[in-house]
Amino acid sequence: MGNSYHLTTPLSNDEVEKLKAGDIVYFTGVLYTARDAAHKRLVELLEKGEELPFPLEGAVIYFVGPTPPKPGEPIGSAGPTTSYRMDSYSPTLIKHGLKGMIGKGKRNQAVKDACVQHKAIYFGATGGAGALLGKRVKSSEIIAYPELGPEAIRKLEVENFPVTVINDTYGNDLYQQGRELYEIK
Amino acid sequence: MRYIPYDEVVKAVKNLIAYSASNLPPDAIDALKKAIEKEKSPVSREVLKQILENADIASSETRPLCQDTGLAVFFVKVGEDVKIEGGTLKGAINQGTEEAYRENYLRASTCEPFSRANLKDKIGYNLPAIIHFDLVEGDKIEIEYAAKGGGSENVSRATVLPPASGKEGIIQFVKEVVSNGGGNPCPPLTVGVGIGGTFEKSAISSKHALFRDIGSKNPDPELAELEAILLEELNKLGIGAMGMGGTQTVLAVHIEANPCHIASLPVSVNIQCHSSRHSHITI
Ligand code: SF4
Repeated sequence: MGNSYHLTTPLSNDEVEKLKAGDIVYFTGVLYTARDAAHKRLVELLEKGEELPFPLEGAVIYFVGPTPPKPGEPIGSAGPTTSYRMDSYSPTLIKHGLKGMIGKGKRNQAVKDACVQHKAIYFGATGGAGALLGKRVKSSEIIAYPELGPEAIRKLEVENFPVTVINDTYGNDLYQQGRELYEIK
Repeated sequence: MRYIPYDEVVKAVKNLIAYSASNLPPDAIDALKKAIEKEKSPVSREVLKQILENADIASSETRPLCQDTGLAVFFVKVGEDVKIEGGTLKGAINQGTEEAYRENYLRASTCEPFSRANLKDKIGYNLPAIIHFDLVEGDKIEIEYAAKGGGSENVSRATVLPPASGKEGIIQFVKEVVSNGGGNPCPPLTVGVGIGGTFEKSAISSKHALFRDIGSKNPDPELAELEAILLEELNKLGIGAMGMGGTQTVLAVHIEANPCHIASLPVSVNIQCHSSRHSHITI
């Protein structure tokens, strides 16, 4: 296994460059949630040169569609959703300063290339660990597109939120390399 | 004829769903614990630890194990000598589903296939349930329930092989399906394989195979042997927990076989993620 790091968001280029596929990172600070519909709107704003609802520089976006919270709790169960649906939007956001994405499952070559070129990381969170991950969320606030319901953009304050580096800034891919390591032909 | 009040069925269904949403069944927990001991990859072991810690938190704090609380899938065996008093069995199962999902803050995940509009206001919260009925002798109703998430359904496949493909062809197809799924269906997995029957019968059997306790032995020695071979073959793929590389991609392979047409060999593979939420009750 790689190293393990405790990082606070937003992320700097230095922090991002020391991470390698297989490293474990515990995030503290802010994560923004967004899924397909919200990504589409963010990219449209960037294309029109308009301001985004949150600062993209150094930001980390979490691909998640949580269960409804119980009364008095910030969020319900909140594990990652499948990331490939965001593949067509992520490179544009990375180009404009996004430093991290958290989801599950493979990304396409364009996303991996953008991670190398503009220094960004794709992290995997454990799918189906929604109770554990939801508990690491300390507060949640809708900051844009409330009309999108569960797909609205939320600002989450998290503590020790566990993720694994899948695609790093050097072109490594844990899904591919990890599998090759244990494959028996 | 035995009469069961409608409300009793609604209540039983609600209990099944509410319990399953936050309690991973003992067979799944045992299988995951064994997988940690056997797993060679440290990254995968870390993921498995999180999965077990998640199960602890979900159960002790009554939180959903996963945010995808699934479509509600039922296999129901109805005795020919039993009747529901005050409504239909199908109505009771759907009502129990709607109330359980709504009242326990589970996610409503049914939508229209094209517009993708959520159906919670139009048909009901997480309705309709997917129900497979079977008529049997006796005066009891047996209800098996599972929450089936999207991630593992999305990589499931069905085919009809030429009969000459035999066991080799089946092994090849199952390997292909699991290999292509990679980490997307949240491994470690249970793999349900339906063999024989017709096209749809094999698919339904592959789903029903997932309801068996994980790792229980197939009573048919020939199928038990094929399950063991498949398990070994699939764990050679190296996919590991959440696709991060490892030796424990599959916890168990469960096969259900049926007589089939002389001209065909239907095979279906239904994938179940590690969040194997299933339970049953006999009324
Ligand atoms: S595949 Fe299973 S564990 Fe993974 S997100 Fe879907 S329901 Fe949850």
